[in-house]
Amino acid sequence: MLEKAIKGSKLYWGWIGLLLLGVATGFFAYTFQMKEGLSITGMSRDVSWGFYIAQFTFLVGVAASAVMMVIPKYLHHYQTFGRVLILGEFLAVAAVSMCLLFIVVDLGQPQRMLNVLLHPTPRSILFWDMIVLNGYLFLNILIGWVTLQAERKGVEPPKWIKPFIYLSIPWAVSIHTVTAFLYCGLPGRGFWLTAILAPRFLASAFASGPAFLILLCYIVKIFAKWDPGKEAIQSLAKIVTYAIITNLFFLSLEIFTVGYSQIPSHLLHFKYLFFGLEGHATYAPWMWVSVVAGLLAVLILLFPQNRKSDNVLAMACVLVFLSTWIDKGMGMISGGFVPNPLEEVVEYIPTKLELLITLGVYAAGFLILTILYKVAVGVKKEVDA
Amino acid sequence: MYDSGKIITGLIIFVVLFTFPFWYNIGSAAYKQPKLELPKDVKECVESKEFMRTEHMQLLNEWRDMVVREHIKDYKSKLTGKEVVMSLTKTCMKCHDNKAKFCDQCHNSLAVSPYCWDCHVAPKGEK
Amino acid sequence: MRANRRKFLKIAGLATLGWSVFPNLLRASEGGEGAGHVRWGLAIDTKKLNDEVMEKAIVACHKNHNVPHIPDKREIKWLWKTTFHKAFPGQMLDNMHISEYAEKETLVLCNHCDNPPCVRVCPTKATFKRADGITMMDFHRCIGCRYCMAACPFGARSFNFYDPKKFLKSEEITTQFPTRTKGVVEKCLLCYERLDEGKKPYCVEAAEGVIYFGNLNDPESEIRKVLAERYAIKRKPELGTFPSVYYLI
Repeated sequence: MLEKAIKGSKLYWGWIGLLLLGVATGFFAYTFQMKEGLSITGMSRDVSWGFYIAQFTFLVGVAASAVMMVIPKYLHHYQTFGRVLILGEFLAVAAVSMCLLFIVVDLGQPQRMLNVLLHPTPRSILFWDMIVLNGYLFLNILIGWVTLQAERKGVEPPKWIKPFIYLSIPWAVSIHTVTAFLYCGLPGRGFWLTAILAPRFLASAFASGPAFLILLCYIVKIFAKWDPGKEAIQSLAKIVTYAIITNLFFLSLEIFTVGYSQIPSHLLHFKYLFFGLEGHATYAPWMWVSVVAGLLAVLILLFPQNRKSDNVLAMACVLVFLSTWIDKGMGMISGGFVPNPLEEVVEYIPTKLELLITLGVYAAGFLILTILYKVAVGVKKEVDA
Repeated sequence: MYDSGKIITGLIIFVVLFTFPFWYNIGSAAYKQPKLELPKDVKECVESKEFMRTEHMQLLNEWRDMVVREHIKDYKSKLTGKEVVMSLTKTCMKCHDNKAKFCDQCHNSLAVSPYCWDCHVAPKGEK
Repeated sequence: MRANRRKFLKIAGLATLGWSVFPNLLRASEGGEGAGHVRWGLAIDTKKLNDEVMEKAIVACHKNHNVPHIPDKREIKWLWKTTFHKAFPGQMLDNMHISEYAEKETLVLCNHCDNPPCVRVCPTKATFKRADGITMMDFHRCIGCRYCMAACPFGARSFNFYDPKKFLKSEEITTQFPTRTKGVVEKCLLCYERLDEGKKPYCVEAAEGVIYFGNLNDPESEIRKVLAERYAIKRKPELGTFPSVYYLI
């Protein structure tokens, strides 16, 4: 099937070229990090995780969201998703690949990475995160590839794949739960020390992932001339609506608990993010954009006639994506580190090199995504014809 | 066979590239074991010369884990039965006090760069 | 070879016992609390502590452990000065009877907790608990993931963002103690290398009687006697990490 990826239009090759350029730029920037260490980033003794880990956290969510189509399709036999499911699975593959890359570029000693396998330590959540992420990558490649191959041959997928598909459902939930556990099990980091972190991560994942998938469906429809189907997109839109509302609801629960109890070690982080602390307020405008974008998206998505208009739906999806990306990709990590355990305010602002490396990882992920989508859409067109 | 021209050219390029190290080294002098400057006033190392030559990396790794992780300080030599303190700087480098004339000789000629000296400080202020 | 086999047997043995992430292993300490076990601790006499003593202790520690002086927010600190207000957040705000303390400076360092979160989260056991209570680091094994820095509620850990040798003058490097390499985390190791030689930590020696040191599990030790006599506080006791550093007030 891979041969589908090497036959394409000028536009396709132009896009591939652009992505390769992005990867090369990121790699070039990474050579500086290899030489100079993580000193080229904006991270510090106080904010010791930054943009890389934030992107990792966000993308775990995007990856987990494939489950929102697997459940209706395989547990409720909702066949409409059969047509687009492969797009969700391949999006998960690309997203998990980016997650793993972000972890690697974040390490101070990447050449010692395999120490995690050499000295397995089950009491560390990072150990479990490694297992669930790699497992999820494997599951999605396997399931996606086998079902697509069966579709191409015009036969039912083999029976042995079913257990893997069922396994992928709790597994998808686990990747984001374990990722939340990375943070919410730490004493002394009041911002993350909340049982609702994992549910909140999942809610925002089930909003951002399907929203991104809707946008991808439109892109596929326009550029690859293959229609994923109106009903599938409409069903995804309903999922996005429920999920973004749940996400904002969870956020408000968090704000109530922290705001009403007024325990400083929890409250100060929210103060810093939304209003600034001791004159440092870099993130405040962003956080408000996130909240407003989220609320605006809810306002649009609540009305069915808005969802039925492609343009309005696409715009709402952009808002959802923006809202969840700022929340997780910017605020979630640095917000947890400011103020530090001594209640000092040291801000984190990513450097240009750090952003270039981030761009490189995203380019690599989109390269994987493009190639996989080219294969999937090629097969689908062949079957349709 | 379709595209036999392309396939055969590809195979030839592959074989040439794969055997490149052999081509490249034709005519260059055979490998000679470098001469090491040995400590003058000490006759024996903690283990036999042959063992040290082939196993010193494993020995050092084991010492490292013993000292740092197991909190064990002394090593009993299988050669002499004497006990020595397991320490790169305090034991090894006490006798082999010139890194450039000892460690680096073989490491350089074999193109290996162990990262010991990223942290441990070589005697005589050498880098 | 021998080490590998031993390691394999150890892992296989533990695996068959069935690994669980729950309490027994979460309590990462190998030593336990029982008497007979050594548990090293410090008690800082904040009444006698002054700027001169603090400086002396810091210099002795940092110089002898090749801790570089980096003049930005990526600095390395093993032992440093901060105000009571920052060392004990939440306890100094309007607590009248110790309010004169709030802006006073004191020394902070790794607490060598009996239940250390940093050890719990480390994915490679590069940070681990020694039988004598020292929260130890194996710099060879650290992959630089910085999970321990997120986990430490005392901000005791520093990461080598730079190559530390850039900030150490070669004539000032102590040859007896290794420097670190870029990309690993470091912190106070309670002078394990000196304890093994029967000496006291550098900071204790330099502070000349202002910092008490000894075995917290030994009722006859100097530190236990002073703790029995005077009122002492620990940093963030509510987090259940059980610090081994006391502040006499």
